Amino acid sequence: MYIIVVGGGRLGYYLTKALLSEGHEVLIVEKNAAICERIVDELGSVCIRGDGCEMATLAEIGTVRADMLIAVTGDDEDNLVACQVAKHKFNVPHTIARVRNPKNETIFKKLGIDVTVSSTNIILENIEAEVPTHPLIHLLTIRDKGLEIVEVKIPPDSTTVGKPVKELSLPQGSRLALIIPKEHKPRVPTSDTILRDGDRVIAVTTPESEEELRAALRGA
Amino acid sequence: MKVVIMGCGRVGAQLAGLLDTDGHSVTILDTDAYSFRRLPPTFNGIALIGNGLNEEVLKKAGIEEADAFVAVTQGDNRNVMAAQIAKHIFNVPKVVCRIYDPLRQELYNTLGLEAFSPTTIFAQMLKEQLES
Repeated sequence: MYIIVVGGGRLGYYLTKALLSEGHEVLIVEKNAAICERIVDELGSVCIRGDGCEMATLAEIGTVRADMLIAVTGDDEDNLVACQVAKHKFNVPHTIARVRNPKNETIFKKLGIDVTVSSTNIILENIEAEVPTHPLIHLLTIRDKGLEIVEVKIPPDSTTVGKPVKELSLPQGSRLALIIPKEHKPRVPTSDTILRDGDRVIAVTTPESEEELRAALRGA
Repeated sequence: MKVVIMGCGRVGAQLAGLLDTDGHSVTILDTDAYSFRRLPPTFNGIALIGNGLNEEVLKKAGIEEADAFVAVTQGDNRNVMAAQIAKHIFNVPKVVCRIYDPLRQELYNTLGLEAFSPTTIFAQMLKEQLES
């Protein structure tokens, strides 16, 4: 695949390195001459100096034949425009935008960007997952279906300990997929499975009902 | 008419003054309070510190009731993004923005954004002036 990466910061650099090692043809577009030079020194001639939002630059590097454009500059608005120009002017089939402000994720989606990756949210979730008392951890988001897979830990003082799954008032659209007990092997829960202290419950849910799911599993 | 202007540079401040004189209700946004010095002393509208790319700030500026939105910051991409938020998320009836880059301006025009490129307009004006 021919992949264009807009922005040669740390993210752009390591992304390009990874994509190159997978055998893709990759080109970075970076405004800053010094950064450009450093990338060329380290990775070979895979970086061109220019503005990845400017059509002249994108035309020059053959964006029409690009399979994908990934915009990972530090400015959300630049990433948005780079993706829109690539998509609407050069018909690039896949565009991915990095979003720094999590609020912009929904805006970008409404404005037609195929995929957004919120670096702030990802870091936040990873840190939250390391906080032992954190009630709900996001494991995976299935964007096109509006679903997410989450982990909820059952604390010892939870009112649901000792109750079977069928007695839980789970929100509609939420399903329990797996229960990982403290000591035993993981098992797929049935309606008669009893919740125990320390169980880790893996569930499929929607972003809207995650709060309700947490309450149902841990006792409000 | 209620108008929200993003960017209190020379153009933004001038426009705010003109609309205000005509009796329109104007709210002007800028991230730097110092920019508001450009507003005419008689300005009766609201000057609000904040980033027009932020939905909360836009709501505070009254975008939900606005009849028009104008994006005239120094950044083309900022203007493009703000204009699209105003048009597609807040459904403001009239949205206008400035895009210095003529190529990008053309593209966004075809995408339904009312965008003006001062570069093109001024170059054309100079040419006509020289040839007359």
